[in-house]
Amino acid sequence: MTLETQHIEPHLVSILEAVSDPEIPVLSIMDMGVVREAIEVDGVIQVKITPTYSGCPAMDVIGDDIVSAFAKANKKAKITLVLSPAWTTDWITDRGRKALEEYGIAAPLSPEADKEALLGNKKIVKCTNCGSTETHLVSQFGSTACKALFKCDTCQEPFDYFKCLK
Amino acid sequence: MINNSTTDTNSLPLGEMSEGQRGNLYNYILGIADNSLILGQRLGELCGHGPSLETDIAETNISLDLFGQVRSYFQYAAQISGDDAATEDTIAFLRLERQYKNVLLVEQPNTDFGYVIVRQFLFDAYHLLFLRELEKSNDQTLLAIAKKSVKEVSYHWRFSSDWIRRLGDGTQESHERVQEAVTDLWMYTDELFHQTEADQAMIAEGVGVDTAALKEIYYKMVSEVLEEATLEVPENKYFHKGGKQGIHSEHMGYILSDMQYMQRTYPNMEW
Repeated sequence: MTLETQHIEPHLVSILEAVSDPEIPVLSIMDMGVVREAIEVDGVIQVKITPTYSGCPAMDVIGDDIVSAFAKANKKAKITLVLSPAWTTDWITDRGRKALEEYGIAAPLSPEADKEALLGNKKIVKCTNCGSTETHLVSQFGSTACKALFKCDTCQEPFDYFKCLK
Repeated sequence: MINNSTTDTNSLPLGEMSEGQRGNLYNYILGIADNSLILGQRLGELCGHGPSLETDIAETNISLDLFGQVRSYFQYAAQISGDDAATEDTIAFLRLERQYKNVLLVEQPNTDFGYVIVRQFLFDAYHLLFLRELEKSNDQTLLAIAKKSVKEVSYHWRFSSDWIRRLGDGTQESHERVQEAVTDLWMYTDELFHQTEADQAMIAEGVGVDTAALKEIYYKMVSEVLEEATLEVPENKYFHKGGKQGIHSEHMGYILSDMQYMQRTYPNMEW
């Protein structure tokens, strides 16, 4: 899916990879899958980004950060926000999922598993602190729109779970 | 906000739309978005005032989702308004009460947590059914917004229906109070399915959702959860209406004075 709908010119990749998600600083916007297109047209980089959640306040900052990242490389960038196709957690890369886990956010499960986890039917979300699956849902809505709040019953630590969006 | 941002979709070119079509589409978009705007504002009032930290965060997260959706709708409405000065902000903040087209349900006050949850529940069921249909719209921009929003609204519905079950089938106190809210707010549900002139015009063009066709499934969906929560489904014969025509309840003026205060006091103020 990512390959079909994403088009980024190879020489722009390294600049975009250096821009991180302002709310999850360990995660590059490329690994997040929000950059859908980046092409150079007549010296201007045309970048299309898509929001994770409609109300995500990070989008404005991400747009500004991309513009300044290209400005440092003496390039002008124009940002366009696209809604279709809608972002899905499937677009987070494997490297991105690993970065999330290391940062203390459990990576999204498959849609079916996600539903079971958020309804509290099955204990399957793995604690990012100790790895136990003896965890429970505290709230379906966490510190940001994209996360739910969990607590580990083994080590007692609270942690965020990145909700599946598909 | 992102400078130069536009929604990148291929709707009917503006030049090919007649004045009347454009007006109907504009009013249709406002009819959808105003519900989310006013409900979002109501939920925003709870920021720092929720009954517990988790519910406080949940209500404001839902509010944020709704405002995000509203921004997409209003950016589109501004594009087709034919008014160069129109922006998502002028549409949100500078209209008069009679120009807002939200249903009466969403402007009802945050009386207590029971009312907050019931209002959310009664709206989420409609919102979810509505967006699932809007996903089939001929209008590519509305279709894209619907596809994005429906994922978020599924979470809202899960949250509110879960709380209905917990409160209804909870303690005697929670049962009584949530039942009172259901009985009180039920009379605002019928208006969700009323159709304005703009609605009918957009349905005829394959752009809008035929809400009349959703009514039966809506009441079935809502009643199932209420029954599961051991709550009584009201049997009203009388329903309130008027919001869609701009005839609002007394609460609306207070909401707007709060919401518009900053733009009215410091015109054109920006962050």
